Parts: sequence; C-alpha cells; structure tokens
Amino acid sequence: MSDTVAAEPVADLLAKFSEATPRESLDHPAVNVPMKDAVAVLQWLRDEQSYDFLVDVTGIDWSETTSPRFTAVWHLFSTTKHTYIRIAADCTDDANPSAPTATGLFPAADWHERETFDLMGITFEGHPDLRRILMWDGYPHHPLRKEFPLAGIETELPDIEVADETQAKVISAPMMGGPFVASNKGEMNLTDAEPRAKDESWNEAKPKPE
Amino acid sequence: MVSPNTDVAFDNKIEGDIVISRLDAVINWVRTNSMWPMPMGLACCAIELMGTASARFDIARFGAEVMRFSPRQADCMIVAGTVTYKMAPHVRRIYDQMSEPKWVIAMGACASSGGMYRSYATLQGVDRIVPVDVYVSGCPPRPEALLDALIKLQDKVKKTPSLRNLTA
Repeated sequence: MSDTVAAEPVADLLAKFSEATPRESLDHPAVNVPMKDAVAVLQWLRDEQSYDFLVDVTGIDWSETTSPRFTAVWHLFSTTKHTYIRIAADCTDDANPSAPTATGLFPAADWHERETFDLMGITFEGHPDLRRILMWDGYPHHPLRKEFPLAGIETELPDIEVADETQAKVISAPMMGGPFVASNKGEMNLTDAEPRAKDESWNEAKPKPE
Repeated sequence: MVSPNTDVAFDNKIEGDIVISRLDAVINWVRTNSMWPMPMGLACCAIELMGTASARFDIARFGAEVMRFSPRQADCMIVAGTVTYKMAPHVRRIYDQMSEPKWVIAMGACASSGGMYRSYATLQGVDRIVPVDVYVSGCPPRPEALLDALIKLQDKVKKTPSLRNLTA
C-alpha cells in the first residue's frame, strides 16, 4: 500500500470535517472524529471515497480512571482502491457509553455492533436489534472492560432449572497464578519461552489471599 | 477317523436350545456391544470423533458406530469439545432426554477440565453438570485414545450389577 494514495482521503476528510483530527497509527491512515460526526464521516467515506466495505466495528476501554474512557472504532476498506481507513470516536458518557449505529449504511454493522455492545458495553443508538451475541441474555457484565477480571465473576447459569438441578454456577476460573505468558525479554530461549505463571502467590494448592 | 470331542462345547443334543448364564451377564452383554453414542461435538475434538468413526479407526469394531443425533436413541454421550456456559444448560438438557441406562465420556482436556480456557466463558469441566464415566486426556485425543475410553467404559458396564439396579 502506498502512502500517497492513502493520505489523500485523510486530507480531504480533515478539510471537509473541521473537528476531525489525524490519529496516530502504525499501519493504516486513521482519523479521530467527534461522535456526532461519526455516521456522517462513514457515509461520506462510503459514498464519496468508495470505502464500501465495513471490515470491523470495535471499541477501546482506556481504563476506569481515564476520561473519555471509551472509544468506538470503525475500520473501512475500499474494494476499488484497496486501502483501509480507521475512524475513531470517543464516547462522551463514561458511565453509559453510546455511539450512533452504522447499520443504516452497512448492514454488516449489525453483528459487529452487537459484539461491541456485548463485550464492551457501548450502546449503539438506533440499532434494530441490540442483543448480546456471545454471552447469554441476562449476563450481568461486559467482559472486555478493564475492571472485569480475566478469570470472570461468579454468577448464575443462564438456565435456572439446570442450575437448580446441578447446583452449578458460573465460577471465576482457577487461574493458578496465571495468566500464563512467555518471557518478554526477547531472547529465543525455549525454556523461558514456555508460557508459565509469573505469579505463584496463589494456585490450586494455596488459596487466594483475601 | 477321529471323532471331535464335543463334551467341552455347547451340545444342543443334550442341552437343547438353552444357554445358561447369569442375567447380569446377559443384560450387560447386550448393553456393552451396541452402545450408541450421542456425538456432542462442540469443538475440534469432534473432528477426531469423526476420524474415530470412519474407516481407518472404525468404531464399528466395538459396536458404537451408530451415532444418534436424537438423545432418546442414544446410550453414551461423547462430549467432544469446549463447553461454554452458554452451551452448558443445553448439554444438560440433552443428557436429561437420553433414556436410562446412559453414560458420558468427557473427550479431551476442555470437556474434562476446561482445558486451556481458564476464562469467564468456559465451563471448567463438564462433570460440573453431568456425571462423567470416562475422561480422555489429550488436546485433542487421538482416535485410539477415544477407542480406549470406549473399551474402558464397556469394561465398566460389564461389571455393573445391572439386575440389582433394575429391581432397586
């Protein structure tokens, strides 16, 4: 991909949408836009710049202490220019983040937005059917948020009858000192490269300190 | 001409059409050799399960080739793959719909213990919701390992006091 081709729509976009700013990116051109302009930018990119393929909709949680906490991200691809572009918009509300839906522009946005809602808790306003897609209906958490522990939070099984009969629960998974990660020192050493627990302060033999 | 010695074998001239055995042995013999599996294929283990069923490994040698997708016709549920919490109630309901006697094989690391998925989404072992008879290690287990599990399960069934369970 040549930079000259890709830089062109970004310059046009910045000229057309005065509140848009360039976004730092290691790969594809990227632009920050205010949330109120997001759909207009997507529509302009689709209709005027031939970005006709919505590749992905996702979100970022910058942590509980950061404001704005959530960012919604759209990745577009042009099937004629063969270039990607990334659009990011900060959610104005940190407690109940929301973003406008892109389902009116790209039908493919439907399930992407459901996934982002399910895992990050970003509500897409105007979505025709904003239900959870991976976790079950009634699951009380959004698992990809920063405050959600990797092992999970104890809660009830989706089916009350089965939960009553089996006495099983959704438990926080035994991590045994995990997450298990390889050495980040960069050396090619098979012994160190073996993923292992960095924290052995609690495991199956030793209970987790309260 | 030397006549064959028929004394040690079944002689229908003497015994008629009667075979004498224990009822337990007969019931268990019937149960053991036509154990129809319910293939609960949830992940990559299901591919090995298909390999086990096909020509090279041929689970038909052990009388378990009739994969039944209706739980009412199945005897042995083979849980092959990762059970998520979202799927877990359905696995339990299908188990409940199987008619007695019924058995469960937990095939592979995920079904046995959650495997590598130490995660908020994964049931940490299918034995939390259904009683498991045989666990198979491996990720995924080779077809030989599943056949071994089936043979172990057949051994278990052969030793079951079935008659006592029937009358109890």
